[in-house]
Amino acid sequence: MRMEAEPSNRLSRRSLLDAFLSGSVLAFLGALFYPVVRYLNPPEVKEVVANRVVAAKVSEVKANAGKIFRFGSKPGIVVRLPSGEWRAFSAVCTHLQCTVQYRSDLERIWCPCHNGQFDLTGKNVAGPPPGPLERYDVTVKGEDVVVSRQA
Amino acid sequence: MSSPAKPRSGVAEWFDARLGISEVLAFLRHKTVPLEGATIWYYFGGVSLFLFGIQLATGLLLLFYYKPGADSAYESVQFIITRVPFGWLIRSLHSWSANLMVFAVFVHMFSVYFLKAYRPPRELTWLTGMGLLGLTMTFGFSGYLLPWNELAFFATKVGTDIAGILPVIGPAVARLLRGGAEVSGATLTRFFGFHVAMLPAAFTAVLFVHLLLIQRQGMSESIRSTDTPPKPGMPFFPGFIMRDAILWLGVFAALLILCTFSPWELGAKADPFSSAPAGIRPEWYFTFVSQSLKYLPAQILGIDGDVVGICVFLGGALFLFFVPFLDRRAARNQPSPLFTAIGVGIIGFMLTMIALAYFKPY
Repeated sequence: MRMEAEPSNRLSRRSLLDAFLSGSVLAFLGALFYPVVRYLNPPEVKEVVANRVVAAKVSEVKANAGKIFRFGSKPGIVVRLPSGEWRAFSAVCTHLQCTVQYRSDLERIWCPCHNGQFDLTGKNVAGPPPGPLERYDVTVKGEDVVVSRQA
Repeated sequence: MSSPAKPRSGVAEWFDARLGISEVLAFLRHKTVPLEGATIWYYFGGVSLFLFGIQLATGLLLLFYYKPGADSAYESVQFIITRVPFGWLIRSLHSWSANLMVFAVFVHMFSVYFLKAYRPPRELTWLTGMGLLGLTMTFGFSGYLLPWNELAFFATKVGTDIAGILPVIGPAVARLLRGGAEVSGATLTRFFGFHVAMLPAAFTAVLFVHLLLIQRQGMSESIRSTDTPPKPGMPFFPGFIMRDAILWLGVFAALLILCTFSPWELGAKADPFSSAPAGIRPEWYFTFVSQSLKYLPAQILGIDGDVVGICVFLGGALFLFFVPFLDRRAARNQPSPLFTAIGVGIIGFMLTMIALAYFKPY
């Protein structure tokens, strides 16, 4: 056979052609799927970053109660402690991003999705959440409860 | 064996000459279904197929009125069930038969598992079947969001976040599913596309291969010693098909009763700026995951508890997927009690978690 006459370390014509052929098939598939993959990945949309927002009216939230408010593109929670003091946190659970709520019976912030609990400093104290809720500053100006990001 | 030629009309003959229908019928008559104690389990694949047909038919009808979009989806479903004549029935049929289909598919999968029907030469039937199970659950997950109600919104938030904690590819997958950083109207548009176009196409293709394999290889007979002679089977056509049809009619009647007396609820419209409601849970066939996640601590051996949990579930899924290649005893036509025990364990775990999710969620 002719093949045997060729030195074994030399590339045969067939394998060179095969390499070119499979290379161009790969390049073709790459050119085909690259735009598709890029297309499916949504473009970065600038997030609305709010640093200060009127979260509630003082009269809306009784002592030992909470309220969800919109903080930029994410929900926040403002809580009025039984003592009357105000606290505010991100309302996005650190476990799997459910929106938390205030449980007056437990005096804790509670996530109904997987039974996670946070105390009123935002610390994760029971259940699966791996970290604390981000805490915000609260100031009361007249009737407005103003929440701002901590510096 | 060719059946004696009956006198047929010219039209039937014309089609037969072109399509070869009589050959197919002869093949189906020749094919037999084994008649054993376990025959009842052979019906669940057919029931799943029937319910898939209902899904296609009612899904097409819902497309006439459904409008995807965060501002229109909930309203359009509300319109379907309150204003469109028989809209409540079509929507309820779609939701109820989806749930029954998931149930039938699970029963089918476990019955094949316990009968060890995955053993050679039917490994590919098992693999395509597992593919269909995965697609069925993806159908359920994507369809659940489409009415854009509160429960679905949070279930999707959690579900896509779980996808996000997968090692390496997770964040990209979560972004791809959500169409952005958060669950939003963009997610709804994507899920709609998955649910009505991509998944049906993929499902139909895999289903075709699955059914073709079953027709070519015939139904599996249970493991028994080689010296007991096989019992005579029942011809697939017309005997088994007729029995299938009777059961399908029964299932259809049950579906209509469910839809009439317990129409599927719509719930409250999703509000991204409200708390997740107490008692929230995903569709029942995902509750074994969500309920287990509640019991996992924040950290297990320094790794986030949810990551460990999801990896265990992934491991379980991989085990089921590759079981034809793991169960060497069944492959040699010998009983494999270890795999039976594992199957019982999996079912026991799933049923316990589902029961807890419904009766003692916290």
